[in-house]
Amino acid sequence: MKFVLLWTDALFFLLLVAAVAGAVWASRVEHLRQSWRHVGQSRVGMATAMLLLAFVVVGLLDSLHYRERLPGDGENYAVEVRSALDALLAGLRTRTEKTYSAPLATHSFAKESLDGDHGRDFPRLNHGGAHLGEDLAGYTTDIAGRTVQGAGLGLVAWLALWLASAPLRRVAPHLAWPAAFGLLLALCLAAGPAATLSTGYHVLGTDKVGQDVLYLTLKSIRTGLLIGTLTTLIMLPAAIVLGLLAGYAGGWIDDAIQYLYTTLNSIPGVLLIAAAVLMMQGVIDTHPEWFATSAARADARLLALCAILGITSWTGLCRLLRGETLKLRELEFVQAARALGVSHARILTRHILPNVMHIVLIALVMDFSGLVLAEAVLSYVGIGVDPNTISFGTMINAARLELAREPMVWWSLAAAFVFMFALVLAANLFADVVRDAFDPRAAR
Amino acid sequence: MLAYLIRRLLYAVPILIGVNVLTFALFFVVNTPDDMARMQLGVKRVTPEAIEKWKAERGYDQPLFWNAAASGAGKVAETIFFAKSVKMFALDFGRADDGRDIAREIRLRMAPSLAVAVPVFVLGLWAAISLALLLVTFRATYLDFAGVALCVALMSVSGLFYIIGGQWLVAKLWRLVPISGYAPGLSAAQFVILPVLVSLVAGLGSAARWYRTLFLEEFSRDYVRTARAKGLPERLVLFRHVLRNALIPILTGAVVLIPSLFMGSLLIEAFFGIPGLGSYTIDAINAQDFAVVRAMVFIGSALYILGLLLTDMSYTLADPRIRLQ
Repeated sequence: MKFVLLWTDALFFLLLVAAVAGAVWASRVEHLRQSWRHVGQSRVGMATAMLLLAFVVVGLLDSLHYRERLPGDGENYAVEVRSALDALLAGLRTRTEKTYSAPLATHSFAKESLDGDHGRDFPRLNHGGAHLGEDLAGYTTDIAGRTVQGAGLGLVAWLALWLASAPLRRVAPHLAWPAAFGLLLALCLAAGPAATLSTGYHVLGTDKVGQDVLYLTLKSIRTGLLIGTLTTLIMLPAAIVLGLLAGYAGGWIDDAIQYLYTTLNSIPGVLLIAAAVLMMQGVIDTHPEWFATSAARADARLLALCAILGITSWTGLCRLLRGETLKLRELEFVQAARALGVSHARILTRHILPNVMHIVLIALVMDFSGLVLAEAVLSYVGIGVDPNTISFGTMINAARLELAREPMVWWSLAAAFVFMFALVLAANLFADVVRDAFDPRAAR
Repeated sequence: MLAYLIRRLLYAVPILIGVNVLTFALFFVVNTPDDMARMQLGVKRVTPEAIEKWKAERGYDQPLFWNAAASGAGKVAETIFFAKSVKMFALDFGRADDGRDIAREIRLRMAPSLAVAVPVFVLGLWAAISLALLLVTFRATYLDFAGVALCVALMSVSGLFYIIGGQWLVAKLWRLVPISGYAPGLSAAQFVILPVLVSLVAGLGSAARWYRTLFLEEFSRDYVRTARAKGLPERLVLFRHVLRNALIPILTGAVVLIPSLFMGSLLIEAFFGIPGLGSYTIDAINAQDFAVVRAMVFIGSALYILGLLLTDMSYTLADPRIRLQ
């Protein structure tokens, strides 16, 4: 086994490390601690944070990539890059069918001519309900039994987590833990049956080439999270530096930076993204030698998409930061620092930057949900992630034509939309709580 | 006012030049015409002659910025930059890869785009403001809470879901309107209703919630207290004072969009088969027709700058205190 660190993995880990470091730092500074306590005491804040945490865990597992060692001696590794999530869900990944099958189905969705039979009928699935035998004895009892068993397992897991978190709850007793663990209970009760059922069935059905839809949706989470976070992360340095500089320096520097972001802003977002993606695609297509594996190529494309989205969206944050810096520049503490002979660089980093960080944080959480939604649309239009990357957009794109079928293939669309809705709703609600906690203008 | 407008129009020139240079760099410098030809003709097994022929047919066989072979003004004029980028300022967009005149296509496709975009804009503004006014009338009640929850839920659903769900429910299950397509004239109505409806629902959540916070902010102002203190009924406070004062931020967001209505919506038009500029752009993106995408970028930025100008002018109408100079 050889570990593979894709660019997006590295940045994702970096982001998590930064988040942890930021949390440690925030716990030492009184006013930040107070703002975060405000988030923690909100029931919506804690419940959505728990849901987002669950998504992040899935995304994190899916970011630990490796290449399997091929049998035989010598240093030969498989071309496919897999992740820890793939290893965990090996059953789901490998138990593929021929084509569509409905959730929990035992027969294929499409008719086929069967051997030794003259008519056409729905063939049995290779894996869905295969353990029941030819006559499907006890299909309902099997499903019910597995559901109950899974719910029980989920309950046990939840209890274990509840007990394990006892010290944490003792440290911070006033936070809205009931809301967080209420949501976790719901998650466990949904995940448990899904796990037990998926050993014998396809809980959310299969797609056109027979891949398990549950597996695809879980894999999509990483793409969504990456687009939502890395985009802001990539644009952050430029937005902060240029925004502070424009506001603080004024004069021709201000004019130049304003010109830059007005120009970028005046190009319709989708078109700029389309233009940049087409260009990037051309560059990637003409240089196949840059990438060792197809995963690396898809990853480069994902990262480039994040960068492109970042370029089109940093202007808003830059403008906000410029305005805030303009205001701060004239305040007494900055004037005093200047009178005391503090250098400009130090004023910017020590006095102004900490006072605009709440804007950065709010922008970070507010942009997230919009970016996740944008990914689906862009991938649908054909200017999103690599077609081989599993994402909500590619899932929807693959499934939409099948709506015209009779009976309808609804499950992959429904699964993608429900997961995306959960992620975006949680992000939206959490962003609101964070904004209320950190925005000094918001009424407490 | 006139002097201000002229100055603003002059400001627009460097921005348009910037846009032009940027798109030119994106399309020609990073991705050379050779790459483009190879992409159009298929990456593998393409002869150099075929590439040269493809480039010559589309006028990409000239140097990028400086044609040393030409004489006089031709040194600048007979280049790709001049032919493809500078001419756009004269609204000469050249031909698409399939040989059609882009300017003519744009003229033809403007009407269908407007037929969808204008109703969406007007009705959307009306619906969002009405919903926001309703919510602030019942502020701090369960109705308000439920309304905000509805708005957040509406915001969190992917736009693709509204389109696919709307097509499935209204057009396929209930068979009220055709799923997609377009016809000129009055018969366009049946094709336009569903896309308009879908766009309305898709945009309602975030707009209504935003307007609600604007109205609430105005409610905490002193003039509202004064109005109430002198005995004005709540209805008049809301419509005569709060609505009027909240109009400026609403205008900022709305007026800037008016010129872009010409461009239509990429997604809606592509899904509903409306032959407008949005679907034209999507088709161009899918066919990697750079000439069309470049033209649309230019027009889009020009319209956006026009929108900014209109926004400034609308301020003077909404708020007599504002004077432009």
